[in-house]
Amino acid sequence: MNHWIVVPVVLPALMAPFIVLAMRHDLVLQRVFSAVASVALLGVAIGLLSQAASAPPQLYQLGNWAAPFGIVLVLDRLSALMVLLTAILAVVVVIYAITSGWDSRGRHFHALFQFQLMGINGAFLTGDVFNLFVFFEVLLIASYGLMLHGGGAARMKAGVKYVVVNLGGSTLFLIAVGTLYGITGTLNMADLAVKVPLVPEGDQALLRVGALLLLLVFAVKAALVPVHFWLPGTYANASAPVAALFAIMTKVGAYSIIRVYTLAFGAGAGEDAWLAADWLLPAALVTLVVGVVGVLGAKELTRLVCFSVISSMGTLLTAIALFTPAATTAALFYLIHSTFAGAALFLLADLIKERRGSAEGRLIVAPRFAQTGLLAVMFFLAAIGMAGMPPLTGFLGKLMVLDSARDADSMVTIWTLILVTSLLAMIGFSRAGSLIFWKSAAIPGPQDPAAATRPVLPIAAAGVMLAGMVGLAIFAGPVTGYLEATSAGLHDPVDYIRAVLGPDVTAAK
Amino acid sequence: MEVLVASGVGAMTAAGVYLLLRGRTFPVIIGLALLSYAINIFLFATGRLVVNQPPVITDDATGYTDPLPQALVLTAIVISFGMTALIVVLALRAYLEADSDAVDSEEVDRTDPGDGPSDRGGAA
Repeated sequence: MNHWIVVPVVLPALMAPFIVLAMRHDLVLQRVFSAVASVALLGVAIGLLSQAASAPPQLYQLGNWAAPFGIVLVLDRLSALMVLLTAILAVVVVIYAITSGWDSRGRHFHALFQFQLMGINGAFLTGDVFNLFVFFEVLLIASYGLMLHGGGAARMKAGVKYVVVNLGGSTLFLIAVGTLYGITGTLNMADLAVKVPLVPEGDQALLRVGALLLLLVFAVKAALVPVHFWLPGTYANASAPVAALFAIMTKVGAYSIIRVYTLAFGAGAGEDAWLAADWLLPAALVTLVVGVVGVLGAKELTRLVCFSVISSMGTLLTAIALFTPAATTAALFYLIHSTFAGAALFLLADLIKERRGSAEGRLIVAPRFAQTGLLAVMFFLAAIGMAGMPPLTGFLGKLMVLDSARDADSMVTIWTLILVTSLLAMIGFSRAGSLIFWKSAAIPGPQDPAAATRPVLPIAAAGVMLAGMVGLAIFAGPVTGYLEATSAGLHDPVDYIRAVLGPDVTAAK
Repeated sequence: MEVLVASGVGAMTAAGVYLLLRGRTFPVIIGLALLSYAINIFLFATGRLVVNQPPVITDDATGYTDPLPQALVLTAIVISFGMTALIVVLALRAYLEADSDAVDSEEVDRTDPGDGPSDRGGAA
């Protein structure tokens, strides 16, 4: 067995209690260990990706119990990609949190951060639905702590809502998991893929209820309308590095939808083939519109970013809902892009808010602030990325989504909505940018004595995310090649099922 | 027995959902607790209801009860217990800091006695 597969879970799981127990009074040590662990995670993730790219899916049996009786982790192209994305984001966020001093505004930031990474990586790697629930809980519990990091009444209030919504979601998750287990007698994803087509006629309705409840749970995580209400309040009230890290949290929902509904309820599911598509597509299109209306209506910069994240989730889930190999390739490309764009915008919004003094993030004309020019350029880049203008990856991603929707029944609706919402998002970002940068530039601001001594690294951290978008645009060819192989594997999951259940299972099916 | 269990799960879920939609944190927490009880019993039932059967099959066993849902329930109980404790503390902190125990602070007036019509389902 390849033990590297479990390292992305075990490394943060060991680091977090170590930080709490051994160095809870020493912030410098915490920072060093947390940063080193994040960089090490990045190294492991790169190694795993190169393994996954050159080999069929690999199995890791926890406790050496064979599937479907034991819990397994599976490394395939998709999970390796998601783990790498998490690791890149983790390094950027930890640099930003340390250099901007956010981690000193409350206790245990780094321990919670590592627990969060453990939960996210586990959710990406696991091959078992109940284990997915457990890792969801791990990442949620850590996110509750991170979301409240820094304290304050507004954050506490938003935190209560966030926790209540997610506890409701967890309850639904358990109902869905229980229903699926009651019908199929298994919770292993590969085994579900084998058992779902064999479900007798009489149990079909119940199976669909379970499957769609599960979709609802993932939709809550992915901030799909009508269960997106928690996102703006939560992200806008969370501290900036946490909001940037949460950019991957909505992707956990999207990932789970891709994984479960291509594997267990995909082409091989008989009567239940692609049962998520009918519900997902309309909801995703509405999400697109609601997000962009929020972008237009936002009165505050972070909220604007929150709604643009919702809108990008709409684009992403539209592509996922088409459930064709080309659309899944486009969805995965857009997923990488929107993670970078969302994280960059959250970090930039924080940098801007911090410099604007009493005006904070409100979209009003306020005196000029330090480093306006640099931040304006960065905001401009991130905004055109998010809105989907050339030459950055947002454009390429949306182009791929549009192209993959060309043969779909609802092609006209999808094209119209994506193009119109892109235009509206552009207007929303232009309005915010011109208010904050151009109109404010005319008003002389107070001399900022700290301007010269402001740390460079927080800006650099946001710059890394922008560079990620540029790099993704430049290397779009090889990345798309990898993603095409990924979505081919997702739409024909024979290799995945064989890797988990042994070579002779699919033959019996 | 099936009817008893099913109606028990149903009643607790209904009460839990109703309380979850209240506007103040205390009923919401009680609602979440009720929901988690309902789910625990539901998970038990997913292994089918059997009485006086061993969970591990031996040679002379006439039948068995599915042990897996029991393991699932154990996990679910641990998580929901921990989460209830967390949200109680969190709600208390939020109440002390914001001086209001409404889930949606802008929409509910603290001086409003009891669960009046001004309560909104903020968590919904």
